[in-house]
Amino acid sequence: MKDFGFTLSPSSAVSLDKVDSRLWHKLLETSPDAAVCISCGSCSASCPAARWSGMSIRKVLLALQRGQSVAPMLSCCMLCGKCTMVCPRGINTRKLILALCRICEKP
Amino acid sequence: MKEKVLIIGGGIAGMEAARQLQALGCSPLLVEKEHGLGGHVARWHKLFPDMLSAESLVTELEAGLSGVTVYRHTEVKSINRLKDSYSVKLSNGENLVVRAVLLATGFRLFEAAKKEEYGYGVYDHVVTNADLEAWMNGFPDERMPEAPRAVGFVHCVGSRDIKAGNSQCSKVCCMTAVKQAIEMRERYPQAEVYCFYMDLRLFGKKYEDFYIGAQRDFGIHFIRGRVSEVGETIDGRVQVKAEDTLLGKPVKVILDLLVLMSGMVCNPSASALAPQLRLEIDSDGFLRSRDNVAGILESGRPGIFYAGACTGTKTVPETLAEARAAALRIYQYLQA
Repeated sequence: MKDFGFTLSPSSAVSLDKVDSRLWHKLLETSPDAAVCISCGSCSASCPAARWSGMSIRKVLLALQRGQSVAPMLSCCMLCGKCTMVCPRGINTRKLILALCRICEKP
Repeated sequence: MKEKVLIIGGGIAGMEAARQLQALGCSPLLVEKEHGLGGHVARWHKLFPDMLSAESLVTELEAGLSGVTVYRHTEVKSINRLKDSYSVKLSNGENLVVRAVLLATGFRLFEAAKKEEYGYGVYDHVVTNADLEAWMNGFPDERMPEAPRAVGFVHCVGSRDIKAGNSQCSKVCCMTAVKQAIEMRERYPQAEVYCFYMDLRLFGKKYEDFYIGAQRDFGIHFIRGRVSEVGETIDGRVQVKAEDTLLGKPVKVILDLLVLMSGMVCNPSASALAPQLRLEIDSDGFLRSRDNVAGILESGRPGIFYAGACTGTKTVPETLAEARAAALRIYQYLQA
């Protein structure tokens, strides 16, 4: 292909009507309280792994709802449970992460 | 002799104030520019948070008006202050002399067509919150799709929008959107429902429960981001673009119906009356109360009082409570 001096990158836009939400719905089967997340970020702010790894349960939940990939992030969780303590919606995030790990292993 | 009190506006505030003034031994005169009483609520379907029928509320309020003089299809032409009363000229030619005036003129819905980028009145399947509610109430609307697969709600249409001339939050639309989103999901369980919001301001009793229910029980998608652009696809569906600001990525979705949550602005007929009575307008465009803490019902002019959404956005229970308080305040004024 002729070099025009620039490249085109694919659109980063997410088409909500084409989202693959199978993982999200699979998660809801075992952890229905994942649906009530309000993305407040207290989980990520309290996460000891976040500083070093970028781990964020808020981002994981949102990414799943929008059909984005999550697996590498989850592997950084140490299951300490601090996020569960701070969640204002009472989501058992620790249990949720375990469920997510199981789902991501066998999608 | 019974003291006459003019109530301008036969919405729920005017009706409730009339009923209370009558019970207090005054003689309320209720003026309504349309034929039907109940204002916006009369066209509404269900009221949050208990999903009461709006019709039954209006019927109940109307039943309380026996003995009250009601002028329908009538507007106030002019009001002049006399020594300790007001002389009022009505559009039906009648002249009244009243001791006090209660403005219960309410609000007008922001004209959604002013936000051109949302395509109200341009695209086939874009409606407002009031249009949707009227349709739910049984009024046919050809813009409503038969079996929608996707429905979207745009929060803050003409609210918190300096360019639209309204910097204030209209406050009730967030809850209305959540309510209507749930109602659409109940009617069309196969449809995906999206709410595009800047902030969710769910301040009232049980509102947060509705929000949790919308997420958990109805699977409604809440997307934080203001809709930037609406277009129409070749098959007549509505394409919406926004940024999911939590995800940090642009999103787009094709919908069968887009509902614009138009906010409340001051009723222009109140703004028109204001100069005649030398009433001030507050920075949000609504009538200015003596103060916004303890003097909301008072205009600062003797004998002129306010109730309901003429002084700002109000919910139905807030409006009814203000109407009762205003009736009592007017009664005290007349006794003094």
